[in-house]
Amino acid sequence: MSGKLKIHVDQGKCQGHARCKSLAPELFELDELGNAHEVGDGSVPAGLEDKAWLAQTNCPEIAIDVTEE
Amino acid sequence: MSDHAPVTDWVHDFDHTDPRWTENPFPIWDELRAECPVVHTRRFLGCYLPTTYEAVKQIAYDTEHFSSRRIIVRDVRPEITNSAPPITSDPPQHKPAKQLLLPPFTPDAMKRLEPRIRAICNELIDQFIADGKCDAAARYSKHIPVRAIAHMLGIPEADGELFIRWIHEILELGIKDDDILMRAVHEMTGYFVGQIEQRRKHPTDDLISTLMNARDSNGQPLSDMHVLGSLRLLLIAGIDTTWSAIGASLWHLAKTPEDRNRLVAEPALLPTAVEELLRAYSPVTMAREVVKETVVSGCPVKPGNMVLLSFPAANRDPAVFPDADKVVIDRKENRHAAFGLGIHRCVGSNLARMEMTVAIEEWLKRIPDFRLDPAGQVTWSEGTVRGPRQLPMLFKKAA
Repeated sequence: MSGKLKIHVDQGKCQGHARCKSLAPELFELDELGNAHEVGDGSVPAGLEDKAWLAQTNCPEIAIDVTEE
Repeated sequence: MSDHAPVTDWVHDFDHTDPRWTENPFPIWDELRAECPVVHTRRFLGCYLPTTYEAVKQIAYDTEHFSSRRIIVRDVRPEITNSAPPITSDPPQHKPAKQLLLPPFTPDAMKRLEPRIRAICNELIDQFIADGKCDAAARYSKHIPVRAIAHMLGIPEADGELFIRWIHEILELGIKDDDILMRAVHEMTGYFVGQIEQRRKHPTDDLISTLMNARDSNGQPLSDMHVLGSLRLLLIAGIDTTWSAIGASLWHLAKTPEDRNRLVAEPALLPTAVEELLRAYSPVTMAREVVKETVVSGCPVKPGNMVLLSFPAANRDPAVFPDADKVVIDRKENRHAAFGLGIHRCVGSNLARMEMTVAIEEWLKRIPDFRLDPAGQVTWSEGTVRGPRQLPMLFKKAA
């Protein structure tokens, strides 16, 4: 059984494609330039794990880290 | 206008303006990709074509060896007189020029624009739905982006035909005819100078004013050249590209009843389908100028050459996308590069996605059953932006 997931957006890599926000709106926020960062400390609420992985796979800049605790 | 000799050896002498590329480029890319990650032609005064996702990505990320000062591959390479920040900007000029254009194009900004786009789509459909047939490129997909970007810029939507002519001259005819290109750029510039003058007397709240009000890091207004270059960019970038994407999507749905029927039955699938249509029919190919010698995927690349930076070819790379040559409208893993990779990610990507989604959604609501007109011919644009320019359709009205 996997532990809790945590996501993190690498600000140096994010270019504002906004795929993550489209696929996992609960987990990401966009700033006024349209660049993404994780909501809160990036802890993924139970039930949203699939969305976290989907966002990571679809980021063209491979800017999202998903780690298991 | 010079005519190009037909291609007989695609591996050593490719030509993206050749009629066979225009008609169906995908098998050509497959042939080239099997041969080498980066191929070269002496046409266009020397030009490389990276054929794999990895090679395209490496070049897109490498602003040191590959400059954006030239972004269209042409038969001639005159001194650079016009710039269009930020698309023609390299670091360090690139970032500040781009950042001031980002806020008007965020997803939230697009949500506010969406009702207007929906209304435009329906107004257009109203004009031809009773006919049972139409050229969907000329009567529908062409007008949506024109009116959208005109609305954002604060210029009259009714001037749309003028903008379309300039874009045709700059992006298609201008590749081979410098006089046509220069005249169109001159006219477009004159138009925007007039618009700026009007706003000095009567300020507005649109994209033109955003550029007029912008201040650089020293608190100074942007130069006239910068403002005009960016305005030309927004008009050009906002039209042909999205027009092509909407058109190619409708072309695909017209000839693929199972995908069309699935989207009518499962409207929630549309955003996923839009990403797949962007991958499979990416409209935009960019370019770079090689300014320093380097190696890409084992291939030496020398200065004095251009690079045709083919995001569409990258998006068809089977090393990255299983079933790369098939349109899989529920494809879950789709890290496509239709809007570029790295710092030059398309500023208008959220606008393009919104326009595509709304355009397809409204069309499917009102015209769920449609097909290509067998008595007509689908023709594709030539050169750097690929999309249908004639798209004859037959349809029934929605019940």
